Amino acid sequence: MVTARTPLPTPLEERLLELAGAVPDPELPVVTLAELGVLRGLQMSGPGRVEVELTPTYTGCPAVEAMAADIERVLRDEGIPEVEVRTVLAPAWSTDDITPEGRRKLAEFGVAPPRVSDPGGPVPVSLGIRCPHCGSTDTTLLSRFSSTACKALRRCEACREPFDHFKEL
Amino acid sequence: MKQAPAHVPATAGAVPAAAALALGDDALVLSHRLAEWAGNAPVLEEEVALTNIALDLLGQARFLLSLVGDEDELAYLREERAFRNVQLVEQPNGDFAHTIARQLFFSTYQELLFGRLAAGDGPFAPLAGKAVKEVTYHRDHAEHWTLRLGDGTEESHRRMQTALDALWRYTGELFEPVEGLEVDVTALRDAWLTLITKTVRQATLELPTGPQAGAWTAGAGRQGLHTEPFGRMIAEMQHLHRSHPGASW
Repeated sequence: MVTARTPLPTPLEERLLELAGAVPDPELPVVTLAELGVLRGLQMSGPGRVEVELTPTYTGCPAVEAMAADIERVLRDEGIPEVEVRTVLAPAWSTDDITPEGRRKLAEFGVAPPRVSDPGGPVPVSLGIRCPHCGSTDTTLLSRFSSTACKALRRCEACREPFDHFKEL
Repeated sequence: MKQAPAHVPATAGAVPAAAALALGDDALVLSHRLAEWAGNAPVLEEEVALTNIALDLLGQARFLLSLVGDEDELAYLREERAFRNVQLVEQPNGDFAHTIARQLFFSTYQELLFGRLAAGDGPFAPLAGKAVKEVTYHRDHAEHWTLRLGDGTEESHRRMQTALDALWRYTGELFEPVEGLEVDVTALRDAWLTLITKTVRQATLELPTGPQAGAWTAGAGRQGLHTEPFGRMIAEMQHLHRSHPGASW
């Protein structure tokens, strides 16, 4: 767990974390893993050995394997021969973990970013989602599930374009 | 399911294998049933929705079965009687209304169960805390369709009612005790019934009046006794793996 990690990160760990965090998401390559908030920690566990903690956006997210492979490749290229990527589930990832920069990039890419959830939990409401193309808030839900589990499909009533919405979790 | 990622659960203490198998098999079997809609759903949006739900369930199954042993061996090499899922999840997709009724009954139960598990500190808490948020969307999806079909046309109303009635006899098993589970599932029944009643009434449908268990269904799935369609389902699910042992791509 992150809380159990008392020693401060070394400069090497900081650099490796930055490299791992800069890996693009395999399905939404406009955002990095750090911006998506799925990178939980990185620790040198011995000379030439590093442990990385990754959390999936969704329990069944198939992109986790691609993310792990990309992190391993990037860190090996940096001269770390042994890279172990572990998947952790708790605390559960939330769309609130996406950074402001990540949200901005999603919108620019044409995916309406998730709204910051209220403390009550994920309540699927249909109000106030802005069209990433024209900016109108007059949008309707077409389907709760879209091209990936983390997105819902909506349509803008102003410009008539369909768009993906990264739904709140 | 080749190349399993390091789904190494960071949990302390012994894992109750029977409970992990029961919950894992529920997720695996329902995931497979929902995936059967790929290429067959009435509209594209629903095909995508049902298979997305299937993927969430597959994620649950992989985590839970990995707590017990090798996920591939457990999924593909066990015989029918070694599966511990409730009979509800193995019931065939039927028409779209049957699939929605099955989803409504199961996702409502799973949301309640995972909510309780997430609040505890047992070995299932990390998964339950993660999955309960996804299951909220599954239930939301099932509820909306129950309303649309029940309060839709005469035909959709009739089909939805038929589906609720047909699957009702499998709902009692959801509340049979699960060995090794820290949550008393029997105690979930009242909350489940309240939620189901509310949705069913709102959809202008009738709550089924028949028994919630047949003579042969009371807790049978958890003991490895399954209904006839399950044999055919796992034959298809396991066929490729058994025909090509150890194959990968």
